[in-house]
Amino acid sequence: MGRVWTITRRELLCFFCSPIAYVVLVVFLAFNGYIFGFLHFRSGTESSLRPLFGYILPLVLVFIIPMLTMRLMSEEYRSGTIETLMTAPVSDATVIAGKFLGTFLFYVLMLLTTLIYAAAVYAFGSPDFGALWTGYLGLLLLGAFYISVGLFFSTCTSNQIVAVVCSFAVLATLAFLTGAISQHVEGATRVIVQHVSITYQFSEFVQGAINLNNLTFFVTTTLFLLFVSVKVLESKRWR
Amino acid sequence: MAETMIKVRNLTKYYGSLLALNDVSFEVTRSEVVGFLGPNGAGKTTTLRILTGYQPASSGSAQVAGFDVFSQSKQVREQIGYLPENAPLYPEMRVREYLQFRAGLKNIARGVISKRIEYVTERCWMKEFVNRPIGHLSKGMRQRVGLADALIGDPKVLFLDEPTIGLDPTQIRETRNLISELGQQHTILLSSHILSEVEATCSRVIIVARGRVVADGTPHDLSARLSEASRLIAEVKGPEGPIISGVKNLPGVKQVETSHEDGWQRLRIATAPGVDVREQVAKLAADRGWNLRELRREVANLEDYFVKIVAEQ
Repeated sequence: MGRVWTITRRELLCFFCSPIAYVVLVVFLAFNGYIFGFLHFRSGTESSLRPLFGYILPLVLVFIIPMLTMRLMSEEYRSGTIETLMTAPVSDATVIAGKFLGTFLFYVLMLLTTLIYAAAVYAFGSPDFGALWTGYLGLLLLGAFYISVGLFFSTCTSNQIVAVVCSFAVLATLAFLTGAISQHVEGATRVIVQHVSITYQFSEFVQGAINLNNLTFFVTTTLFLLFVSVKVLESKRWR
Repeated sequence: MAETMIKVRNLTKYYGSLLALNDVSFEVTRSEVVGFLGPNGAGKTTTLRILTGYQPASSGSAQVAGFDVFSQSKQVREQIGYLPENAPLYPEMRVREYLQFRAGLKNIARGVISKRIEYVTERCWMKEFVNRPIGHLSKGMRQRVGLADALIGDPKVLFLDEPTIGLDPTQIRETRNLISELGQQHTILLSSHILSEVEATCSRVIIVARGRVVADGTPHDLSARLSEASRLIAEVKGPEGPIISGVKNLPGVKQVETSHEDGWQRLRIATAPGVDVREQVAKLAADRGWNLRELRREVANLEDYFVKIVAEQ
Protein backbone atom coordinates (compact mmCIF):
# COMPACT_ATOMS: atom_id res chain seq x y z
CA MET A 1 0.00 0.00 0.00
CA GLY A 2 2.87 2.32 0.80
CA ARG A 3 4.17 1.93 -2.72
CA VAL A 4 0.79 2.72 -4.25
CA TRP A 5 0.87 5.97 -2.31
CA THR A 6 4.43 6.67 -3.50
CA ILE A 7 3.27 6.44 -7.11
CA THR A 8 0.08 8.38 -6.38
CA ARG A 9 2.10 11.22 -4.89
CA ARG A 10 4.44 11.37 -7.84
CA GLU A 11 1.52 11.50 -10.28
CA LEU A 12 -0.15 14.31 -8.36
CA LEU A 13 3.11 16.22 -8.24
CA CYS A 14 3.58 15.74 -11.97
CA PHE A 15 0.22 17.24 -12.77
CA PHE A 16 1.40 20.44 -11.22
CA CYS A 17 4.84 20.26 -12.83
CA SER A 18 3.34 20.17 -16.31
CA PRO A 19 1.23 22.85 -17.98
CA ILE A 20 -1.55 20.34 -18.67
CA ALA A 21 -3.00 20.50 -15.18
CA TYR A 22 -3.23 24.28 -15.29
CA VAL A 23 -4.73 24.37 -18.76
CA VAL A 24 -7.29 21.76 -17.78
CA LEU A 25 -8.16 23.54 -14.54
CA VAL A 26 -8.57 26.90 -16.28
CA VAL A 27 -10.80 25.44 -19.00
CA PHE A 28 -12.82 23.58 -16.40
CA LEU A 29 -13.30 26.63 -14.18
CA ALA A 30 -14.01 29.02 -17.04
CA PHE A 31 -16.57 26.74 -18.62
CA ASN A 32 -18.38 25.92 -15.39
CA GLY A 33 -18.23 29.53 -14.32
CA TYR A 34 -19.76 30.71 -17.54
CA ILE A 35 -22.56 28.14 -17.56
CA PHE A 36 -23.36 28.57 -13.91
CA GLY A 37 -22.88 32.32 -13.57
CA PHE A 38 -24.49 33.51 -16.78
CA LEU A 39 -27.03 30.90 -17.69
CA HIS A 40 -28.20 29.34 -14.48
CA PHE A 41 -27.58 31.55 -11.47
CA ARG A 42 -30.42 34.03 -11.60
CA SER A 43 -33.60 34.69 -9.69
CA GLY A 44 -36.51 32.46 -10.46
CA THR A 45 -34.45 29.36 -11.26
CA GLU A 46 -34.35 26.27 -9.15
CA SER A 47 -31.87 26.44 -6.25
CA SER A 48 -29.82 23.36 -7.15
CA LEU A 49 -26.78 22.36 -9.13
CA ARG A 50 -28.85 20.09 -11.32
CA PRO A 51 -27.97 21.65 -14.70
CA LEU A 52 -24.30 21.68 -13.80
CA PHE A 53 -24.39 18.05 -12.63
CA GLY A 54 -26.81 16.72 -15.18
CA TYR A 55 -25.47 18.02 -18.46
CA ILE A 56 -22.45 20.21 -18.14
CA LEU A 57 -20.00 18.27 -16.02
CA PRO A 58 -20.41 14.80 -17.55
CA LEU A 59 -19.94 16.28 -21.02
CA VAL A 60 -17.06 18.61 -20.18
CA LEU A 61 -15.31 15.70 -18.50
CA VAL A 62 -15.49 13.68 -21.71
CA PHE A 63 -13.02 16.19 -23.16
CA ILE A 64 -10.98 16.93 -20.07
CA ILE A 65 -10.32 13.55 -18.49
CA PRO A 66 -8.56 12.02 -21.54
CA MET A 67 -6.17 14.98 -21.43
CA LEU A 68 -5.31 14.12 -17.85
CA THR A 69 -4.90 10.41 -18.43
CA MET A 70 -3.11 10.34 -21.79
CA ARG A 71 0.39 10.58 -20.41
CA LEU A 72 -0.05 8.24 -17.44
CA MET A 73 1.55 5.17 -19.03
CA SER A 74 2.32 6.38 -22.58
CA GLU A 75 4.91 8.80 -21.28
CA GLU A 76 6.62 6.02 -19.32
CA TYR A 77 6.86 3.85 -22.43
CA ARG A 78 8.08 6.66 -24.65
CA SER A 79 10.75 8.00 -22.29
CA GLY A 80 11.94 4.54 -21.22
CA THR A 81 11.26 5.21 -17.53
CA ILE A 82 9.00 2.15 -17.66
CA GLU A 83 12.20 0.13 -17.42
CA THR A 84 13.25 1.63 -14.09
CA LEU A 85 9.66 1.53 -12.86
CA MET A 86 9.08 -2.14 -13.67
CA THR A 87 12.46 -3.26 -12.34
CA ALA A 88 11.72 -1.67 -8.98
CA PRO A 89 10.07 -4.12 -6.57
CA VAL A 90 6.52 -3.04 -7.41
CA SER A 91 3.77 -5.13 -8.97
CA ASP A 92 1.91 -4.17 -12.13
CA ALA A 93 -1.27 -3.73 -10.10
CA THR A 94 0.49 -1.31 -7.75
CA VAL A 95 1.60 0.83 -10.69
CA ILE A 96 -1.89 0.96 -12.20
CA ALA A 97 -3.53 1.59 -8.83
CA GLY A 98 -1.08 4.40 -8.03
CA LYS A 99 -1.58 6.08 -11.39
CA PHE A 100 -5.34 5.78 -11.11
CA LEU A 101 -5.46 7.19 -7.60
CA GLY A 102 -3.17 10.09 -8.46
CA THR A 103 -5.44 11.16 -11.30
CA PHE A 104 -8.54 10.55 -9.23
CA LEU A 105 -7.26 12.82 -6.46
CA PHE A 106 -6.54 15.53 -9.00
CA TYR A 107 -10.09 15.09 -10.27
CA VAL A 108 -11.45 15.40 -6.73
CA LEU A 109 -9.49 18.63 -6.45
CA MET A 110 -11.18 19.85 -9.63
CA LEU A 111 -14.59 18.92 -8.24
CA LEU A 112 -13.85 20.79 -5.03
CA THR A 113 -13.75 24.02 -7.00
CA THR A 114 -17.42 23.52 -7.87
CA LEU A 115 -18.30 23.68 -4.18
CA ILE A 116 -18.28 27.44 -4.61
CA TYR A 117 -21.41 27.12 -6.76
CA ALA A 118 -23.00 25.01 -4.07
CA ALA A 119 -22.14 27.74 -1.58
CA ALA A 120 -23.64 30.40 -3.85
CA VAL A 121 -26.85 28.41 -4.26
CA TYR A 122 -26.99 27.91 -0.50
CA ALA A 123 -26.46 31.61 0.17
CA PHE A 124 -29.34 32.71 -2.07
CA GLY A 125 -31.74 29.80 -1.83
CA SER A 126 -32.49 26.61 -0.01
CA PRO A 127 -31.13 23.72 -2.07
CA ASP A 128 -31.98 20.08 -1.48
CA PHE A 129 -28.81 18.82 0.19
CA GLY A 130 -29.67 15.20 -0.46
CA ALA A 131 -29.65 15.73 -4.21
CA LEU A 132 -26.44 17.72 -3.87
CA TRP A 133 -24.61 14.87 -2.16
CA THR A 134 -25.90 12.17 -4.47
CA GLY A 135 -24.87 14.41 -7.37
CA TYR A 136 -21.35 14.60 -6.03
CA LEU A 137 -21.28 10.86 -5.35
CA GLY A 138 -22.39 10.30 -8.95
CA LEU A 139 -19.68 12.59 -10.22
CA LEU A 140 -17.01 10.76 -8.24
CA LEU A 141 -18.13 7.43 -9.70
CA LEU A 142 -18.43 8.88 -13.19
CA GLY A 143 -14.95 10.44 -12.95
CA ALA A 144 -13.45 7.17 -11.76
CA PHE A 145 -14.99 5.44 -14.77
CA TYR A 146 -13.72 8.08 -17.21
CA ILE A 147 -10.23 7.92 -15.70
CA SER A 148 -10.13 4.13 -15.97
CA VAL A 149 -11.07 4.37 -19.67
CA GLY A 150 -8.28 6.91 -20.24
CA LEU A 151 -5.78 4.91 -18.22
CA PHE A 152 -6.61 1.78 -20.17
CA PHE A 153 -5.84 3.42 -23.52
CA SER A 154 -2.70 5.04 -22.13
CA THR A 155 -1.54 1.59 -21.03
CA CYS A 156 -2.08 0.29 -24.56
CA THR A 157 0.12 2.72 -26.47
CA SER A 158 3.28 4.76 -26.22
CA ASN A 159 1.66 7.49 -28.29
CA GLN A 160 -0.19 10.06 -26.23
CA ILE A 161 -2.21 11.32 -29.20
CA VAL A 162 -3.50 7.81 -29.90
CA ALA A 163 -4.36 7.44 -26.21
CA VAL A 164 -6.26 10.71 -26.01
CA VAL A 165 -8.16 10.19 -29.27
CA CYS A 166 -9.20 6.63 -28.42
CA SER A 167 -10.36 7.54 -24.91
CA PHE A 168 -12.24 10.52 -26.26
CA ALA A 169 -13.90 8.44 -28.97
CA VAL A 170 -15.08 5.79 -26.52
CA LEU A 171 -16.29 8.26 -23.91
CA ALA A 172 -18.02 10.43 -26.49
CA THR A 173 -19.77 7.39 -27.94
CA LEU A 174 -20.98 6.29 -24.51
CA ALA A 175 -22.00 9.78 -23.48
CA PHE A 176 -23.45 11.37 -26.64
CA LEU A 177 -24.16 8.76 -29.27
CA THR A 178 -25.92 6.05 -27.30
CA GLY A 179 -29.11 8.12 -27.16
CA ALA A 180 -29.21 8.50 -30.92
CA ILE A 181 -28.21 4.91 -31.60
CA SER A 182 -30.95 3.53 -29.34
CA GLN A 183 -33.55 5.23 -31.58
CA HIS A 184 -32.49 3.08 -34.51
CA VAL A 185 -32.33 -0.34 -32.91
CA GLU A 186 -35.00 -2.64 -31.56
CA GLY A 187 -35.53 -5.13 -28.78
CA ALA A 188 -32.67 -6.45 -26.70
CA THR A 189 -30.06 -4.42 -28.58
CA ARG A 190 -31.92 -1.28 -27.66
CA VAL A 191 -31.97 -2.19 -23.98
CA ILE A 192 -28.23 -2.89 -24.04
CA VAL A 193 -27.44 0.37 -25.83
CA GLN A 194 -29.55 2.29 -23.35
CA HIS A 195 -27.86 0.68 -20.41
CA VAL A 196 -24.33 1.47 -21.51
CA SER A 197 -25.32 5.11 -21.92
CA ILE A 198 -23.48 7.17 -19.34
CA THR A 199 -26.22 9.78 -19.32
CA TYR A 200 -28.77 7.09 -18.49
CA GLN A 201 -26.62 5.57 -15.72
CA PHE A 202 -25.85 8.99 -14.29
CA SER A 203 -29.28 10.64 -14.38
CA GLU A 204 -30.69 9.19 -11.17
CA PHE A 205 -27.77 10.48 -9.12
CA VAL A 206 -28.63 14.00 -10.27
CA GLN A 207 -32.24 13.50 -9.27
CA GLY A 208 -31.16 12.58 -5.78
CA ALA A 209 -31.47 8.80 -5.93
CA ILE A 210 -28.77 6.22 -5.36
CA ASN A 211 -29.82 3.27 -7.45
CA LEU A 212 -27.88 0.07 -6.90
CA ASN A 213 -27.92 -0.65 -10.65
CA ASN A 214 -26.18 2.63 -11.45
CA LEU A 215 -23.74 2.21 -8.59
CA THR A 216 -22.88 -1.30 -9.74
CA PHE A 217 -22.46 -0.15 -13.33
CA PHE A 218 -19.83 2.47 -12.51
CA VAL A 219 -17.95 0.46 -9.87
CA THR A 220 -17.73 -2.75 -11.89
CA THR A 221 -16.80 -1.10 -15.20
CA THR A 222 -14.09 0.92 -13.44
CA LEU A 223 -12.67 -2.14 -11.69
CA PHE A 224 -12.87 -4.18 -14.87
CA LEU A 225 -10.98 -1.56 -16.89
CA LEU A 226 -8.32 -1.28 -14.19
CA PHE A 227 -7.98 -5.05 -14.21
CA VAL A 228 -7.62 -5.12 -17.99
CA SER A 229 -5.02 -2.33 -17.77
CA VAL A 230 -2.97 -4.41 -15.37
CA LYS A 231 -3.15 -7.33 -17.80
CA VAL A 232 -2.15 -5.15 -20.75
CA LEU A 233 0.82 -3.85 -18.77
CA GLU A 234 1.75 -7.42 -17.88
CA SER A 235 1.52 -8.49 -21.51
CA LYS A 236 3.92 -5.71 -22.56
CA ARG A 237 6.74 -7.68 -20.95
CA TRP A 238 6.25 -10.52 -23.38
CA ARG A 239 6.70 -8.49 -26.51
CA MET B 1 33.88 -20.97 -2.16
CA ALA B 2 32.35 -17.57 -2.74
CA GLU B 3 28.60 -17.28 -2.97
CA THR B 4 27.13 -17.29 -6.48
CA MET B 5 25.21 -14.06 -7.04
CA ILE B 6 24.21 -14.47 -10.66
CA LYS B 7 23.62 -17.85 -12.24
CA VAL B 8 22.55 -18.00 -15.87
CA ARG B 9 21.72 -21.33 -17.49
CA ASN B 10 21.06 -21.82 -21.21
CA LEU B 11 19.26 -18.53 -21.58
CA THR B 12 17.58 -18.05 -24.95
CA LYS B 13 15.48 -15.13 -26.07
CA TYR B 14 13.53 -14.65 -29.26
CA TYR B 15 11.96 -11.37 -30.33
CA GLY B 16 9.37 -12.75 -32.72
CA SER B 17 11.52 -14.84 -35.03
CA LEU B 18 14.69 -12.90 -34.24
CA LEU B 19 17.09 -14.82 -32.05
CA ALA B 20 18.59 -12.29 -29.61
CA LEU B 21 20.19 -14.67 -27.11
CA ASN B 22 21.33 -18.13 -27.97
CA ASP B 23 21.99 -20.52 -25.11
CA VAL B 24 23.87 -18.14 -22.84
CA SER B 25 25.31 -19.51 -19.59
CA PHE B 26 27.59 -17.92 -17.04
CA GLU B 27 28.03 -17.36 -13.32
CA VAL B 28 29.12 -14.42 -11.26
CA THR B 29 30.23 -14.79 -7.65
CA ARG B 30 29.93 -12.26 -4.83
CA SER B 31 31.93 -9.05 -5.12
CA GLU B 32 33.07 -9.72 -8.65
CA VAL B 33 33.01 -6.88 -11.16
CA VAL B 34 32.17 -8.51 -14.45
CA GLY B 35 32.25 -6.76 -17.78
CA PHE B 36 29.74 -7.85 -20.34
CA LEU B 37 31.40 -6.98 -23.58
CA GLY B 38 30.18 -7.17 -27.12
CA PRO B 39 29.43 -5.21 -30.25
CA ASN B 40 26.12 -3.39 -30.51
CA GLY B 41 23.22 -5.78 -30.90
CA ALA B 42 25.08 -8.70 -29.35
CA GLY B 43 22.45 -9.28 -26.67
CA LYS B 44 23.97 -7.38 -23.75
CA THR B 45 20.92 -5.27 -22.97
CA THR B 46 18.59 -8.23 -23.50
CA THR B 47 20.56 -10.25 -20.94
CA LEU B 48 20.43 -7.41 -18.41
CA ARG B 49 16.69 -6.97 -18.98
CA ILE B 50 16.08 -10.64 -18.30
CA LEU B 51 18.24 -10.61 -15.20
CA THR B 52 16.47 -7.55 -13.80
CA GLY B 53 13.05 -9.10 -14.37
CA TYR B 54 12.01 -6.59 -17.00
CA GLN B 55 11.54 -9.20 -19.72
CA PRO B 56 11.07 -12.94 -19.51
CA ALA B 57 13.42 -15.28 -21.36
CA SER B 58 12.11 -17.62 -24.06
CA SER B 59 13.86 -20.55 -22.41
CA GLY B 60 16.55 -21.27 -19.90
CA SER B 61 16.78 -20.05 -16.33
CA ALA B 62 18.50 -17.34 -14.37
CA GLN B 63 18.99 -16.70 -10.67
CA VAL B 64 20.05 -13.47 -9.02
CA ALA B 65 21.01 -13.44 -5.34
CA GLY B 66 19.54 -16.92 -5.02
CA PHE B 67 16.10 -16.04 -6.46
CA ASP B 68 14.72 -17.11 -9.80
CA VAL B 69 14.21 -14.07 -12.03
CA PHE B 70 10.97 -15.39 -13.42
CA SER B 71 9.12 -17.04 -10.55
CA GLN B 72 10.56 -14.83 -7.79
CA SER B 73 10.81 -11.64 -9.77
CA LYS B 74 9.86 -9.36 -6.90
CA GLN B 75 12.44 -10.80 -4.52
CA VAL B 76 15.06 -10.40 -7.25
CA ARG B 77 14.05 -6.78 -7.80
CA GLU B 78 14.43 -6.12 -4.09
CA GLN B 79 18.06 -7.20 -4.27
CA ILE B 80 19.21 -5.28 -7.31
CA GLY B 81 20.03 -1.83 -8.58
CA TYR B 82 19.68 -1.27 -12.30
CA LEU B 83 20.92 1.54 -14.49
CA PRO B 84 19.31 1.05 -17.90
CA GLU B 85 20.93 2.29 -21.06
CA ASN B 86 20.74 6.09 -21.33
CA ALA B 87 19.48 6.41 -17.74
CA PRO B 88 15.78 7.18 -18.32
CA LEU B 89 14.47 9.70 -15.75
CA TYR B 90 11.48 11.97 -15.18
CA PRO B 91 12.60 15.39 -16.46
CA GLU B 92 9.93 17.29 -14.53
CA MET B 93 11.13 16.12 -11.12
CA ARG B 94 13.97 17.52 -9.07
CA VAL B 95 16.86 15.17 -8.34
CA ARG B 96 16.04 14.95 -4.64
CA GLU B 97 12.32 14.36 -5.34
CA TYR B 98 13.24 11.65 -7.80
CA LEU B 99 15.50 9.89 -5.32
CA GLN B 100 12.80 10.12 -2.65
CA PHE B 101 10.32 8.61 -5.09
CA ARG B 102 12.67 5.78 -6.00
CA ALA B 103 13.52 5.13 -2.36
CA GLY B 104 9.79 4.86 -1.65
CA LEU B 105 9.33 2.37 -4.48
CA LYS B 106 12.21 0.30 -3.18
CA ASN B 107 10.56 0.25 0.24
CA ILE B 108 13.45 1.82 2.08
CA ALA B 109 12.47 2.57 5.66
CA ARG B 110 11.23 6.13 6.05
CA GLY B 111 13.84 7.01 8.68
CA VAL B 112 16.73 5.89 6.50
CA ILE B 113 15.71 7.56 3.24
CA SER B 114 17.34 10.93 3.84
CA LYS B 115 20.52 9.22 5.02
CA ARG B 116 20.65 7.09 1.88
CA ILE B 117 20.01 10.13 -0.31
CA GLU B 118 22.85 11.94 1.39
CA TYR B 119 25.12 8.95 0.87
CA VAL B 120 24.41 8.52 -2.84
CA THR B 121 24.58 12.27 -3.41
CA GLU B 122 28.04 12.26 -1.93
CA ARG B 123 29.06 9.08 -3.72
CA CYS B 124 27.97 10.20 -7.18
CA TRP B 125 29.14 13.83 -6.86
CA MET B 126 25.69 15.31 -7.14
CA LYS B 127 25.86 17.87 -4.30
CA GLU B 128 25.75 20.90 -6.57
CA PHE B 129 22.68 19.85 -8.53
CA VAL B 130 20.63 17.74 -6.15
CA ASN B 131 17.95 20.45 -5.95
CA ARG B 132 17.72 21.13 -9.67
CA PRO B 133 15.07 19.76 -12.04
CA ILE B 134 16.33 16.71 -13.91
CA GLY B 135 15.28 18.24 -17.23
CA HIS B 136 17.92 20.95 -16.78
CA LEU B 137 20.80 18.55 -16.22
CA SER B 138 23.53 17.59 -18.66
CA LYS B 139 23.89 14.04 -19.94
CA GLY B 140 26.71 13.30 -17.51
CA MET B 141 24.72 14.56 -14.55
CA ARG B 142 21.72 12.45 -15.52
CA GLN B 143 23.90 9.39 -15.80
CA ARG B 144 25.03 10.02 -12.25
CA VAL B 145 21.44 10.42 -11.06
CA GLY B 146 20.65 7.06 -12.66
CA LEU B 147 23.62 5.51 -10.90
CA ALA B 148 22.55 7.10 -7.61
CA ASP B 149 19.10 5.56 -8.08
CA ALA B 150 20.67 2.15 -8.69
CA LEU B 151 22.67 2.53 -5.47
CA ILE B 152 20.02 3.96 -3.21
CA GLY B 153 18.65 0.66 -1.97
CA ASP B 154 22.14 -0.62 -1.13
CA PRO B 155 21.57 -3.56 -3.48
CA LYS B 156 23.49 -6.81 -3.45
CA VAL B 157 23.83 -6.81 -7.21
CA LEU B 158 24.27 -3.84 -9.53
CA PHE B 159 23.43 -4.01 -13.22
CA LEU B 160 24.86 -1.14 -15.22
CA ASP B 161 24.05 -0.89 -18.91
CA GLU B 162 26.76 1.17 -20.59
CA PRO B 163 27.41 3.32 -17.54
CA THR B 164 29.87 5.71 -19.17
CA ILE B 165 28.09 6.33 -22.45
CA GLY B 166 27.71 10.03 -23.18
CA LEU B 167 30.17 11.16 -20.52
CA ASP B 168 33.20 13.35 -21.07
CA PRO B 169 36.69 11.92 -20.48
CA THR B 170 36.99 13.25 -16.92
CA GLN B 171 33.60 11.90 -15.98
CA ILE B 172 34.42 8.56 -17.58
CA ARG B 173 37.52 8.30 -15.43
CA GLU B 174 35.59 9.28 -12.30
CA THR B 175 32.82 6.83 -13.05
CA ARG B 176 35.29 4.00 -13.60
CA ASN B 177 36.96 4.74 -10.29
CA LEU B 178 33.56 4.79 -8.64
CA ILE B 179 32.65 1.42 -10.17
CA SER B 180 35.92 -0.08 -8.99
CA GLU B 181 35.25 1.21 -5.48
CA LEU B 182 31.66 -0.04 -5.51
CA GLY B 183 32.95 -3.46 -6.55
CA GLN B 184 34.23 -3.92 -3.01
CA GLN B 185 30.69 -3.91 -1.58
CA HIS B 186 28.48 -4.94 -4.45
CA THR B 187 28.51 -7.57 -7.16
CA ILE B 188 28.51 -5.69 -10.44
CA LEU B 189 27.62 -6.76 -13.96
CA LEU B 190 28.24 -3.95 -16.40
CA SER B 191 27.80 -3.98 -20.12
CA SER B 192 29.96 -2.05 -22.50
CA HIS B 193 31.28 -2.06 -25.99
CA ILE B 194 34.32 -0.08 -24.91
CA LEU B 195 37.22 -2.40 -24.27
CA SER B 196 39.48 -0.10 -22.33
CA GLU B 197 36.64 0.47 -19.90
CA VAL B 198 36.19 -3.19 -19.20
CA GLU B 199 39.93 -3.70 -18.95
CA ALA B 200 40.19 -0.87 -16.45
CA THR B 201 37.30 -1.74 -14.16
CA CYS B 202 36.51 -5.42 -14.37
CA SER B 203 38.04 -8.43 -12.76
CA ARG B 204 36.42 -10.65 -15.35
CA VAL B 205 35.20 -10.27 -18.90
CA ILE B 206 32.41 -12.12 -20.68
CA ILE B 207 32.43 -11.47 -24.38
CA VAL B 208 29.17 -11.92 -26.27
CA ALA B 209 28.63 -11.77 -30.00
CA ARG B 210 25.44 -12.50 -31.89
CA GLY B 211 23.67 -13.71 -28.79
CA ARG B 212 26.34 -16.19 -27.69
CA VAL B 213 29.04 -16.15 -25.05
CA VAL B 214 32.26 -16.46 -27.01
CA ALA B 215 34.80 -15.93 -24.24
CA ASP B 216 34.91 -15.75 -20.46
CA GLY B 217 37.95 -14.98 -18.32
CA THR B 218 40.12 -12.27 -16.77
CA PRO B 219 41.26 -9.55 -19.17
CA HIS B 220 44.78 -10.90 -18.78
CA ASP B 221 43.79 -14.49 -19.57
CA LEU B 222 41.90 -13.47 -22.64
CA SER B 223 44.81 -11.48 -24.02
CA ALA B 224 47.14 -14.39 -23.37
CA ARG B 225 44.81 -16.75 -25.14
CA LEU B 226 45.30 -14.91 -28.37
CA SER B 227 47.54 -17.10 -30.52
CA GLU B 228 49.67 -14.24 -31.79
CA ALA B 229 50.17 -13.19 -28.21
CA SER B 230 53.87 -13.96 -28.31
CA ARG B 231 55.19 -11.83 -31.07
CA LEU B 232 58.72 -10.44 -30.72
CA ILE B 233 60.14 -7.32 -32.25
CA ALA B 234 63.90 -7.24 -32.67
CA GLU B 235 66.15 -4.73 -34.43
CA VAL B 236 69.49 -6.13 -35.44
CA LYS B 237 72.38 -4.87 -37.59
CA GLY B 238 74.23 -7.51 -39.59
CA PRO B 239 74.06 -9.67 -42.73
CA GLU B 240 70.45 -10.28 -43.67
CA GLY B 241 70.57 -13.93 -44.77
CA PRO B 242 72.32 -15.38 -41.70
CA ILE B 243 70.13 -13.34 -39.39
CA ILE B 244 66.91 -14.69 -40.85
CA SER B 245 68.04 -18.28 -41.03
CA GLY B 246 69.63 -18.07 -37.57
CA VAL B 247 66.46 -16.79 -35.93
CA LYS B 248 64.25 -19.18 -37.87
CA ASN B 249 66.22 -22.12 -36.58
CA LEU B 250 65.57 -21.21 -32.95
CA PRO B 251 63.14 -23.68 -31.32
CA GLY B 252 59.55 -22.44 -31.22
CA VAL B 253 59.90 -19.81 -33.93
CA LYS B 254 57.20 -20.13 -36.57
CA GLN B 255 57.72 -17.20 -38.83
CA VAL B 256 60.06 -14.24 -39.30
CA GLU B 257 59.29 -11.11 -41.26
CA THR B 258 61.90 -8.48 -41.93
CA SER B 259 61.92 -4.86 -42.93
CA HIS B 260 64.74 -2.34 -43.25
CA GLU B 261 65.04 0.78 -41.24
CA ASP B 262 68.05 3.12 -41.67
CA GLY B 263 70.48 0.24 -42.02
CA TRP B 264 68.91 -1.97 -39.35
CA GLN B 265 66.93 -5.16 -39.85
CA ARG B 266 63.60 -5.01 -38.12
CA LEU B 267 62.43 -8.56 -37.37
CA ARG B 268 58.91 -9.53 -36.44
CA ILE B 269 59.11 -12.99 -34.95
CA ALA B 270 56.01 -15.08 -34.49
CA THR B 271 56.37 -18.00 -32.11
CA ALA B 272 54.27 -20.84 -30.85
CA PRO B 273 51.91 -19.82 -28.00
CA GLY B 274 53.67 -19.53 -24.64
CA VAL B 275 57.17 -19.58 -26.10
CA ASP B 276 59.51 -16.70 -25.32
CA VAL B 277 62.71 -16.65 -27.39
CA ARG B 278 64.03 -13.26 -26.33
CA GLU B 279 66.94 -14.75 -24.45
CA GLN B 280 67.94 -16.96 -27.37
CA VAL B 281 67.74 -14.07 -29.82
CA ALA B 282 69.99 -11.93 -27.63
CA LYS B 283 72.44 -14.80 -27.22
CA LEU B 284 72.46 -15.47 -30.94
CA ALA B 285 73.20 -11.80 -31.70
CA ALA B 286 76.00 -11.74 -29.15
CA ASP B 287 77.56 -14.97 -30.44
CA ARG B 288 77.52 -13.84 -34.07
CA GLY B 289 78.66 -10.32 -33.28
CA TRP B 290 75.49 -8.57 -34.59
CA ASN B 291 74.41 -5.32 -33.02
CA LEU B 292 71.08 -5.41 -31.19
CA ARG B 293 69.25 -2.16 -30.39
CA GLU B 294 65.73 -3.32 -29.57
CA LEU B 295 64.20 -6.51 -28.34
CA ARG B 296 60.68 -6.56 -26.96
CA ARG B 297 57.60 -8.63 -26.72
CA GLU B 298 54.49 -7.31 -28.34
CA VAL B 299 51.63 -8.23 -26.06
CA ALA B 300 48.25 -8.45 -27.69
CA ASN B 301 45.66 -6.48 -25.77
CA LEU B 302 42.04 -7.27 -25.23
CA GLU B 303 41.11 -5.18 -28.22
CA ASP B 304 42.96 -7.48 -30.60
CA TYR B 305 41.30 -10.44 -29.01
CA PHE B 306 37.91 -8.82 -29.21
CA VAL B 307 38.22 -7.90 -32.86
CA LYS B 308 39.48 -11.36 -33.69
CA ILE B 309 36.84 -13.25 -31.80
CA VAL B 310 33.99 -11.12 -33.08
CA ALA B 311 35.24 -11.43 -36.63
CA GLU B 312 35.38 -15.22 -36.29
CA GLN B 313 31.66 -15.46 -35.53
